[in-house]
Order: sequence, then structure tokens, then C-alpha cells
Amino acid sequence: MTDATLYALAACALIGLGVFGLIASADPLRKILAFNIVGTGVFLLAGAIARRGAGAGFEADPVLMALLITGIVVAFSATALAVALLVRLSVVAGDVSLAEVLPADDDE
Amino acid sequence: MTSLLAIGLIGLLLGLAVAVIFMRNSFGAICAFIAYGLLLTLAWLQLRGVDVALTEAAIGGGLTGALLIGAASRLRASPAVTQPGRTTMALAALAGAGVTAVLALCVLAFPDPAPTLAPEVAANIAVTGVGNAITAVLLAFRSMDTLLEAIVLLLALIGAWSLGPDTSWPGRPGMRQSAPPNGILAYLARLLPPIGVVVAAYIFWNGADEPGGKFQGATILAAMWLLTIAAGLFDVPRVGSRLLRAALVAGPLTFIAVGTFGITSAGAFLGLPEAIAKPLIIVVELALLPSLTLILALLIPGPPQRATTG
Repeated sequence: MTDATLYALAACALIGLGVFGLIASADPLRKILAFNIVGTGVFLLAGAIARRGAGAGFEADPVLMALLITGIVVAFSATALAVALLVRLSVVAGDVSLAEVLPADDDE
Repeated sequence: MTSLLAIGLIGLLLGLAVAVIFMRNSFGAICAFIAYGLLLTLAWLQLRGVDVALTEAAIGGGLTGALLIGAASRLRASPAVTQPGRTTMALAALAGAGVTAVLALCVLAFPDPAPTLAPEVAANIAVTGVGNAITAVLLAFRSMDTLLEAIVLLLALIGAWSLGPDTSWPGRPGMRQSAPPNGILAYLARLLPPIGVVVAAYIFWNGADEPGGKFQGATILAAMWLLTIAAGLFDVPRVGSRLLRAALVAGPLTFIAVGTFGITSAGAFLGLPEAIAKPLIIVVELALLPSLTLILALLIPGPPQRATTG
């Protein structure tokens, strides 16, 4: 198995972990973190695909690598906006937890 | 062949990702995420994406980390987050495992030889006059993406600013920072920026032919500026400042102007006439650098929180 395939499979695991956290976390800040794990997983998967596309003197497909730089910067701006929304929500509403209200017998 | 380094790195990355998701303490999870971002940089080096590694180190680990730590300190300690119910956990686990399984099947079914645009880039890079293929893609072959990216950044900043309360509009973002004038933070804020500015200028200018470029350079400049702000040496400008607003839109507007010039000179929006392709690329990069620096830095403190008098 080549390094690129191994990284691609690791990226799949990261995306799955992130999806889990995105659904299971009740704290919005943790959801933002989980979303970023999904994002980095997608980038890593694309990076592994770019590495497989090495050729013509390049060690990786430059078009895909360049788009990943754009992706990382855009992901940062989206995270910054999400954080700003969250901070504003906590100022206005106080509590930002999205925890579901459970009937007592469903706990544990 | 699989190297030991790749296996070790992937183990660490997966372990840190598990910590980010499952750690009870949010601050600990953020610290794990920063470590994860920095380790990811090494993974990018292994995948031969040096430009991406630089961007990941500067933005993925650095700026995102600063942003999240700021958010955690501003959010009042939320009451202990209750664990979601068993059904939610089971469905979340099912969704995560399903996504991983489907993607892993796709990875194992990748076509061989892999599709690639590398030969096209190799055949056309000489026309642009730049030596770094990534820069050529960002500013010549796929410049529409880069233009829209600059505009997305600007929109994110406008969105963040518009979340400020009316009473503090158009004031200064964040709290007034102060640090002990003889403390280590103030010392570093005086010592590091000259070095950082030189490194940023080198990475920016070198980006034409070697790994680097305006995004990485702008992020380093933004970090240096934020350091002096955190130490209380400078204050964040008012969001109402006309000078600031002009500086924020100057980069994207120059890019659009060069793109429009392309309609007459090269027959397409964002087209570059061959004879002056390199100078035009440099003009766009030089114009984008200050705008990107300001936008990236100002996304960290977020919306205005202090009235103009403050």
C-alpha cells in the first residue's frame, strides 16, 4: 500500500469521526471543531488524490494542490464567521448548549 | 511503499482527532485541535504539498487556533454539557461509520493510472512566467477561484462585523488589550515583528518560483500585527474608518480591474496577455497582500465591541 492510499484511508476515518462529533456534540463550539475535522479530512483525501496524480515533473497534481490552499483559507473564514455567530448568541441568549431535554428514564 | 513515518503520523493524527471529538473539556479539545493542525503540516509534506503545508501551518493550526481559544475564553463557562441520549449516539456512530465505509470503498476503487492535470500545467506554465506551478494555477489558470476566495473572505468579515451590537457601531473590534510593559508578551511583540515581516516578505516574493505566496505571507504579517495588538502596543482600527475599508477592498478591486483589462487585451475576463502576464500577476499579488493581511487579522477579534470614544 502506498503512502497516498494510506493517507486517503486515514482521511476517510477522520471524516467519519468528524461526522460523529458533528451530530453527537451538544456544545456548538465542539460542533465547529468537529466540522473542522471533517474539513481537514476532505482536504487530506484530496491531497492524497493529488499525490496520486503526480506526473510531468510534478510530485503532485498542482491544480488540486492549489485548490486546497483556497479551500483551507475559505474554511478558516467560515469558521471565523461561525465563531462570531456563536459568541453573539451567547451574549444575547446566555446559554448556547444544544443539549436535548431528555426524559429522566432515558439517561444512562 | 508505506513508510514508518506515515504510519506513525496517521496514528497520532487519528488519536488527536479522537481527543478533539471525545475530550470532556472544551479547552483541552481546542489544544488537541491545534496540535492536530500542526501535525497535519507534516502529513502535507509527506504528500509533497509544500505550499499546502505552509498554508496549513499558518492558517489551519495558527490562526484557527487563535480564533478558537479567543472564542472559548469569551464564551462564559457553559454548564457541564450533558451527554446526548443513547439513540443520538448510536445514530451518530452509524452515520460516521457509514460515511467512512463508503469513502474507504471509493478510495480502494481509485482508477489506475490516476487522472491528473499535471501534464497540462507543465505544457502551459512557461506562458505565465512564474516558476511555482501552484502560483500559476492560483493566479493564471484558475484565477477565478482566487478572486472569489478573496471576496468570500471579505464577505465573512462583513458578516462577522454585522454581528456587533448597535451601541458599539462603528467602534473597535474586541477588547482593549493591555500587557505588562516589561512582560514577556510586550518584549516578544517588539522583538518578533521585524523578523516576521522579513520572513513574510521572503515567503511572499519567493512564492513566484518556490513554495510560498501571498496567503502564507499575509497570514504571517497578520500574526505579527495581532501580536502587537495583543501586547497593547497598537489598537485595532475602528470598523468605521474609511482608510481601513478602502484598504480591505483595494485587493479584490485591483484583481477585478486586472480581470476586466483581460477582456480587451486577452479576450476573456481574467485573461492575461502573454507578453505582460508576469507583471500583471505581480500587480494582483501585491494588491491582495495588504487586503488579505487585514481581513485575516480582523477575523480574529470579530465584531466591534467598543464605542468610538473607547
